[in-house]
Amino acid sequence: MLFRTRRLAAASVAVTAATALVAGCTSGSGSTSGASGDTLTLWTHNAGNSVELDVVKKIIKDFNGSQDKYKVKLQAFPQSDYNNSVVAAASARKLPCLLDVDGPNVANWAWGGYLSPIDVSGSEVPLSDQLASTVGDYKDKLYAFGFYDVSLAFFARKSVLGEHGIRVPTMDKPWTKDEFDAGLAKLKKSGKFEYPLEMGTGGTGEWWSYGYSPQLQSFGGDLIDRDDYKTASGTLDGKNAVEWASWFHSLVANGYMAKKSGADPNKDFLAGKSAIQWDGSWNAAKNAEKLGDDLAIIPPVDFGNGPKIGGASWQWAMSSTCSNKAGAQEWLKFSRQTKYFVDYAKATSTIPATDAAAQQIADYQPGGKFDVLVQFAREYVTVRPATPAYPYISTEFEKAAKDILAGADPKNALGQAAKDIDSNLKTNNYYSN
Amino acid sequence: MTSFLKHFGGHTGRIVLALVFALPLVFMLVSSFKPDDQIFGDLDSLRAFLPVGALSLDNYMAVFERVPAARFLLNSVLISSITVVLGIVVNSMAAFALSRMQWPGRKLVLTAVIATLIVPFETFALPLVWWVNQLPLLSVNGFHLEWSTGWMDTYQVQILPFVANAFSVFFFHQYFQSIPRELDEAAIVDGAGWFTIYRRIVMPLSGPAIATVAILTFLPAWNSYLWPLMVVQSEELRPVMVGISYFFQLNVGWGQIMAYSSMITVPILALFVAFQRSFVNSIASSGVKG
Repeated sequence: MLFRTRRLAAASVAVTAATALVAGCTSGSGSTSGASGDTLTLWTHNAGNSVELDVVKKIIKDFNGSQDKYKVKLQAFPQSDYNNSVVAAASARKLPCLLDVDGPNVANWAWGGYLSPIDVSGSEVPLSDQLASTVGDYKDKLYAFGFYDVSLAFFARKSVLGEHGIRVPTMDKPWTKDEFDAGLAKLKKSGKFEYPLEMGTGGTGEWWSYGYSPQLQSFGGDLIDRDDYKTASGTLDGKNAVEWASWFHSLVANGYMAKKSGADPNKDFLAGKSAIQWDGSWNAAKNAEKLGDDLAIIPPVDFGNGPKIGGASWQWAMSSTCSNKAGAQEWLKFSRQTKYFVDYAKATSTIPATDAAAQQIADYQPGGKFDVLVQFAREYVTVRPATPAYPYISTEFEKAAKDILAGADPKNALGQAAKDIDSNLKTNNYYSN
Repeated sequence: MTSFLKHFGGHTGRIVLALVFALPLVFMLVSSFKPDDQIFGDLDSLRAFLPVGALSLDNYMAVFERVPAARFLLNSVLISSITVVLGIVVNSMAAFALSRMQWPGRKLVLTAVIATLIVPFETFALPLVWWVNQLPLLSVNGFHLEWSTGWMDTYQVQILPFVANAFSVFFFHQYFQSIPRELDEAAIVDGAGWFTIYRRIVMPLSGPAIATVAILTFLPAWNSYLWPLMVVQSEELRPVMVGISYFFQLNVGWGQIMAYSSMITVPILALFVAFQRSFVNSIASSGVKG
């Protein structure tokens, strides 16, 4: 019996070794992917989001029908973990030829070797016509472009502001910090709102950097020193940044804002649970439909350094491992037609990336219902730092901001974030490769 | 009187506990028949847990329009079932070798197997992606068999990495320890080999352990989310859990989320109810408690 046991054990070891050998023999697979001959694979983050997905499908259908050489095949992923899918595919060298990328990640994906520079010269819409925030540059090379951008704004009911003696601000005269705080105090004192301000603090991920770092910048701070992108110390934890953090915490301490908002902040705002909502332009159409003329679209507060909003939304790019780059370039160029810029903006209620497209959409024309959002995107945008370190910076900022709302000392929380970011920059040799 | 109070207190405590665990499920099920506005409107009252108001099957119909739910369900049933069956065979055989057979180093191997339990999946997910992408793949193309490299975007990449499971090995090992060794010795005297003892004696006596491992293997396979997102690109190969994130796009449909959640929770509940008795028995007798 002992003999048989040993034989079994020896066989097991042999099988394991053989498996390892077979696996080892097959390493070093091909270095290109994303296309089978002239059929190119395209990935998008829009699974479940039929409005935007339908536009992507339309462009693919038009492209496939416009010529005989190339075919594009769509694969859609849910947005929440799209980046994980891309990172995993990149590590397995299985990226598609064409993929969309969230604007602030372009630099990181370009630095990481996921993306290849693209050339869209000769396409119907020149690159120079686009909003700067919709162009994904890194180290003076073009890696991606977007069809639209989004804007941030305060949304409120004019009737509620009027009832409480609060001025409806304009771009010429936005709210100051004191005015904003006084308005919130009045709304709170009225007893009609448990939390008069809704800023989506129940959200996670990129919303924290996209939504709140513009306010930090308006105070005079920033996520990183943009002179050379080599340190966050003194910028993210400097005097102005600490002032922002103290103010941010005071919103919770004074009961103006929930430490963690509900699952659907926009639904809460439309239901009248909050008086003022800090939100993206993607909800503007829904708000206008529900509130009509009572809706006020309000510029960001000027905390001392002018009103600020973030920039850069989803953009299209080509992978570095694409085995048919000529075909991928063809698709990218083909897609750059004004009609598709219009289709995207109409379908997703976003701001078209070009003036020509904006002029074809009544709401975004000068004087249109949402023209003010285009103006915000033009006047107030501070693009999130275009550095490969951005995903790390964004995560650290989110952690610090959440800690601050939970009651952590603002200087310590920001100081720790700055220290961690500096350490990451140093570890990665300042992303100089 | 004291006895009555004791009973009353005990029952009340159990009812409260049952409500704590059951009410979220009731909320999910009831909300799946309500429009979004009503779900939010009912949140402030007990109506949130009652099937009242404008009830309809609209959310369920919308689910099938937004997500290929039937295909996802079928995929999950296939992936989970095969993982369970293979998992029971592989892990019970490993546990049998560690528990019943005498060979040098088995305690060390068992310790090493148990030690892997402390490594979270997220830490080796990316290396595992790299690894499965190096494996040879035999596929059918028309009437031909073709060799290629890499298991990405297949069913097997969602199954095989999860067949061998340290907890299942440990669980079977503990259960097998409770089966008298005299049975092995009697079988050996009658000329039985190890495989016969495993198949004819130990496994037939391990029904509760098999049921428990089946449930404990089925649950993570059914709930698998991150791994399929990383290794599967084709929609037709995705499992149910990936489908839930289809709803968290710009237009969040809470009623649809509740409908979809109800659809994917019911099979799990049914499985647990079917094996409940065996599950509790084997937990009690193996000395392994969660």
